[in-house]
Amino acid sequence: MKKILGILGLLVFVCVATALLSDRFLTEFNIENLIRRSALFGIISIGAAFVIITGGIDLSIGSVVCLVGCLFPWMLVEQGLSPPTALAIVAIMSLGIGLSHGLLITKLRLQPFVVTLCGLLIYRGLTRGIVNDQTQGFRGGYTMLRNLSQGQIPLPGTEFGIPNPCLILAVVTVAAAFFLNYTVYGRYLLALGRNEEATRFSGINTQRMVIVAYVICAALSGLGGLLFVLDVGSAQPVDFGSFYELYAIAAAVLGGCSLRGGEGTVLGVVIGAAVMQVLRNSITLIDWIPTNIEYAVIGAVILGGTIVDEVVRRLAAARKAPRADAKDKREDS
Amino acid sequence: MSDAQPTSSAPVLEVEDVTKRFGGVQALRGVSLAIRPGRVHAVIGENGAGKSTLMKIMAGVLAPDSGRLLVDGRPVELRSVQAALGHGIALIHQELNLCDNLDVGANIFLGREPRRWGTIDFAAIGQDAKKYLDAVGLNVPPDTLVGELTIAQQQLVEIAKALSVGGRVLIMDEPTSSLSQREVDALFAIIDKLRDEGAAIVYISHRLAEVQRLADEVTVLRDGEIAGRLQRHEINHDSLVQLMVGRDISQFYARRPHEVGEPVLEVRGLRTQAWPQHAVDLTVRRGEMVGLAGLVGAGRSELLRAIFGVDVPVAGHVRLHGKLLPTGRCRAAIEAGLALVPEDRKQQGLILPMAVRTNIGLPGLARHKIAGAILNRRREAEDTRRMIDAMRIKTSSPRQAVQNLSGGNQQKVVIGKWLAMDPWCLLLDEPTRGVDIGAKQEIYRLMEELAERGVAILFASSEMEEVISMSDLVVVMHEGQVMGELVGEQITEEAIMHLATGNTAATTGV
Repeated sequence: MKKILGILGLLVFVCVATALLSDRFLTEFNIENLIRRSALFGIISIGAAFVIITGGIDLSIGSVVCLVGCLFPWMLVEQGLSPPTALAIVAIMSLGIGLSHGLLITKLRLQPFVVTLCGLLIYRGLTRGIVNDQTQGFRGGYTMLRNLSQGQIPLPGTEFGIPNPCLILAVVTVAAAFFLNYTVYGRYLLALGRNEEATRFSGINTQRMVIVAYVICAALSGLGGLLFVLDVGSAQPVDFGSFYELYAIAAAVLGGCSLRGGEGTVLGVVIGAAVMQVLRNSITLIDWIPTNIEYAVIGAVILGGTIVDEVVRRLAAARKAPRADAKDKREDS
Repeated sequence: MSDAQPTSSAPVLEVEDVTKRFGGVQALRGVSLAIRPGRVHAVIGENGAGKSTLMKIMAGVLAPDSGRLLVDGRPVELRSVQAALGHGIALIHQELNLCDNLDVGANIFLGREPRRWGTIDFAAIGQDAKKYLDAVGLNVPPDTLVGELTIAQQQLVEIAKALSVGGRVLIMDEPTSSLSQREVDALFAIIDKLRDEGAAIVYISHRLAEVQRLADEVTVLRDGEIAGRLQRHEINHDSLVQLMVGRDISQFYARRPHEVGEPVLEVRGLRTQAWPQHAVDLTVRRGEMVGLAGLVGAGRSELLRAIFGVDVPVAGHVRLHGKLLPTGRCRAAIEAGLALVPEDRKQQGLILPMAVRTNIGLPGLARHKIAGAILNRRREAEDTRRMIDAMRIKTSSPRQAVQNLSGGNQQKVVIGKWLAMDPWCLLLDEPTRGVDIGAKQEIYRLMEELAERGVAILFASSEMEEVISMSDLVVVMHEGQVMGELVGEQITEEAIMHLATGNTAATTGV
């Protein structure tokens, strides 16, 4: 809970600052759009968090988003497949990608960084080859499907509505938080992230759990890709989803995951994803920040947050240490 | 066994009345030693006798608390390995300290590369390296990558490196521990040659046959003190063993006699990946405590891990209560009633940053899960409370991170996490390593209570007193092989040592 407070504070701070600096922030259109984008990024960030909790990394998230985001409309429009068939194919593709990452990392003991870096290159390259670099879109059709991302549940009595991706995120968040905190498998993931060997010596099949984490990550990346393309309506294979893995990893780290593994809360990661999106939004809205330094601003904020977090942790540890010493002495005597 | 030192040549290195403490452990107490040129001086002793500490002090790795070192009769302070090297004292590490991604020449001259115009003079390295490689009889080009050499060859590179810095005193720590017999013979020939050329060699080993073959004099350490010194003509197997052991242990821990029942754990033809050439057979009965003795590297940990199934054995099988366990699957072994308290508490036994409760609950999560997946937190809390009470684990709360507990309490958490599983057979690897005397006694009492309740116990220990006073049966291993079993009156320090150093039961006369 303490971890979430920090990131929640950062979110509130960025929101308030942007609202004060730009009168376009608190408009209905902007807020709704912001929530939708945050929800979409929240979904892929949860996926990244699962892998990071095992002490691994997934760099292929953006390319999986691209693969699904381009091939889904391509299958519907260019190949004339029915929506259920196309959905089944992208689902199998995503799960297969996660499974192959997991198998390569556990059975062949390849490094996660290398495996998923190759994935990043392979999936984007394949996508560009398959659709021949042509932008893929729904051409105004499939409104029912697109409603999944674009629609909203109206709040009675107001003009506002909750964007559908927000509901999907809520379901994913609850499921992920339940899995991580209330099932034995979530406990296995946290334990093996901290000490794989001791977890294995406790009779737990750690390889299987690592594979599960990569499958979850790829599945959520695929779901994200699907919702992203349904939202914007078309996907350009050269840059659709590019850098999204870095947004997802940054959100996970902001949300309290340690890249050393074994740490992280789902809610924190969701808030972390929101912080990233509000930051991007504020750079667009605030006139005196040039838009082209977006990455520099985001980088600086994440770095600043991490430094503050580390300093606070050290101060807390330093204050605790003398008391712990005193207690040890009592126990010894 | 005289204390008289031969006066043939002046000592190059002397250790005078050196003392060293680590926390509560007195590692060395008033140790004196004289190392002379042209002689091989063997230092022997059991695990924990103080051999490594003494050697590190001589090589400048550690500073003594009191006492002094003399080089060529003049007192010196060796504040670093560099300082020791400056006096010609070089340590050949047990774990080799070479960069295996660099070539032989680069390793020999690492940090002292000859330079020309600011760049490395490779021609000079090649020539000089060749000279030192010839001196140690290693016939490989200096531009061979160290990673491509055998362990024996790498060792020779280490010796060549020591010679290249003007090493006059070569300290060799268990140099033969990972060599084949042929490589050992070759190494001994080099040692003989270096000695004849006037080098002083300090040879640390627990292999008595090697000491007999090489040593001109022997110093025996026991519990941090000099137990005795032997000259060339006095060195034989019996005199060495007698000095290494010979301690009253009757007061160590008094066990109550108890009944031993039917076989619980049956290991048949088990071959570990580390020692696939030796098949191990072993039986532990209900209520029986079997001690697994042997020197460091005898293959005991590997055997326990293979029995438990956390390592996959090459061949053989394990039965628990007559039921065959699937090989290499520790989950199945745990559910059948097997448990392992591993050797490395911090790495294998515990997840240090996590709570006492989380650690104790971990093995049982799968057994107690609700509806196939959900954590049974109540059961976890109950098991934890039960274990904290039963084992008297001192912790401020079940939520306390294990890393904040003392070593003894951490070990109790490891044992507790397995007792919560109600095992039929408990495997323990060095159950009292790194815990204080009080916690040791508690762990012994606990082991005895478990045995009285009918649990079969198999424990590996490097502490002689522990093995002798706790075991109904002692199984002695040497290089992956069971050398013999000892029961009752046969269980003596001498008999264990004899088997542990590679002799068979037939020659012990027991």
